[in-house]
Amino acid sequence: MNFDMGAYGIYIWPAYGASALGIAVAVVWTVAGWRRAKAKLAALEKK
Amino acid sequence: MNPFATLLLRDVKLAARSGGSAALALSFFALVATLVPLGVGADLRLLARVAGGVLWVGAVLSALLSLDRLFQGDFEDGSLDLIALSPLPLELTALAKITAHWLSTGLPLTLLSPLLALLFNLPGPATGVLFVSLLIGTPAVSAVGAIGASLTLSLKGGGLILPLIILPLLCPAVIFGAGAVSAALDGLGARDGLGLLAAFAFAAVLLSPFAAAASVRLNLGS
Amino acid sequence: MQFLFRYANPHNFMRLSGAVLPFTAIATALCIGTALYLGFTAPPDYQQGRTVLIMFIHVPAATVAMSIYGVLAVCSLLSLVWRHPLSDTAARAAAPFGALFTALGLFTGSLWGKPMWGTYWVWDARLTSFLLLLFMYLGYMALWNAIEDEVRAARAAAILALVGAVNIPIIHFSVEWWSTLHQGESIVSGTTAPVFLAPLLIMMLGYLLLFVTLWMIRIRTAILERRARNLMQGVS
Repeated sequence: MNFDMGAYGIYIWPAYGASALGIAVAVVWTVAGWRRAKAKLAALEKK
Repeated sequence: MNPFATLLLRDVKLAARSGGSAALALSFFALVATLVPLGVGADLRLLARVAGGVLWVGAVLSALLSLDRLFQGDFEDGSLDLIALSPLPLELTALAKITAHWLSTGLPLTLLSPLLALLFNLPGPATGVLFVSLLIGTPAVSAVGAIGASLTLSLKGGGLILPLIILPLLCPAVIFGAGAVSAALDGLGARDGLGLLAAFAFAAVLLSPFAAAASVRLNLGS
Repeated sequence: MQFLFRYANPHNFMRLSGAVLPFTAIATALCIGTALYLGFTAPPDYQQGRTVLIMFIHVPAATVAMSIYGVLAVCSLLSLVWRHPLSDTAARAAAPFGALFTALGLFTGSLWGKPMWGTYWVWDARLTSFLLLLFMYLGYMALWNAIEDEVRAARAAAILALVGAVNIPIIHFSVEWWSTLHQGESIVSGTTAPVFLAPLLIMMLGYLLLFVTLWMIRIRTAILERRARNLMQGVS
């Protein structure tokens, strides 16, 4: 695997970094929302 | 007098009375036309080049100012319910309100534009194109604006949502209108731009009442 | 149409999505992983050099961003015309991902444009329409949040989505007309060599599966939230 980007690194890495970050945030936000809703419902149903 | 004309006249009178939306729009328009040269510099050749775009954007923003009140006033005091029950179809009600809005903002803005074009050193023929483009295009602004106004009529602080919703939808009008002026400046015919603008405006005025009426209905609650 | 309505029942949707979710999640990871491997082991492009790597994450993002709006429009139509019960929820759930992929598309596209064509931005039909698409997603989400009554908000947002859908081709055409008028630079998009086609398409599939996975989770979340709300209000 060749990671030498030459002069283009300054464009390539931020692009990949931003995409990875964006996807990570989307995943975390989605899963966290699910967990929160599940916990809240479980607490309500227990009463 | 038929119900359409009655509603139209009533709305125009209301607009004229309540702080004069025409005066507000005209002042804002003039201020924008003053602010831009201050920001961009006094190079007359540059100003002539940007005049079409700046004045078009200024006109759109000025027309926006009074849009949120288009249905809201009647909604809040209950008159909208009554109007909806009247024999006049809601689509025609929307069209009447769109026309009233144009008469009290779009038309005055169009009439002021040649004077402001002077500030931008826009040559005669191009100014003529600007005038015609605004005359054709501002009805589209009122029409598309009515869609946004009807969608947001229940929002108290709905202030900034309205522009966010309708400005993307108004891009073609700005592009065709300012593009026509730009073409006139370059000596190319303005006919294409004006033609496309007319088609867009025609479609907007024809179709918006349906969308606006649907939005009013859903807000009056079923 | 009957098929769609069978899964309009939240209970059925929960069952179906619960069964399918693990597979879509794994498929997503596999696709993205494979695409990354293929992309980074491919030789530099004759014209683009290593910047072709950006194409592998830009084109999928842009494609999925536009597809999501199509999904949103269809859901809005189902909601308004056929009163399909879950489509409001589905449309609302899709929008944030649409905005995200549009933003990523714009950002990566800008970084691709600089080394490729010398500029971070150009006002051509495609880019301008894409930028406006971001605003349309934001306006759509803002409208949902602003209107308190859920039923009203759903209908208003659906109307907005459909009006926007009609306008997108008009915007695209108008910018195209304008840029030919001014003899602007045109983006030259050449053909893609086969060795790059594989990572590109696989990544596109990966992004699509990512959306579908996250989308299903958000819809499930919304269903649970509604159950919780009903419980709190004492409705069974």
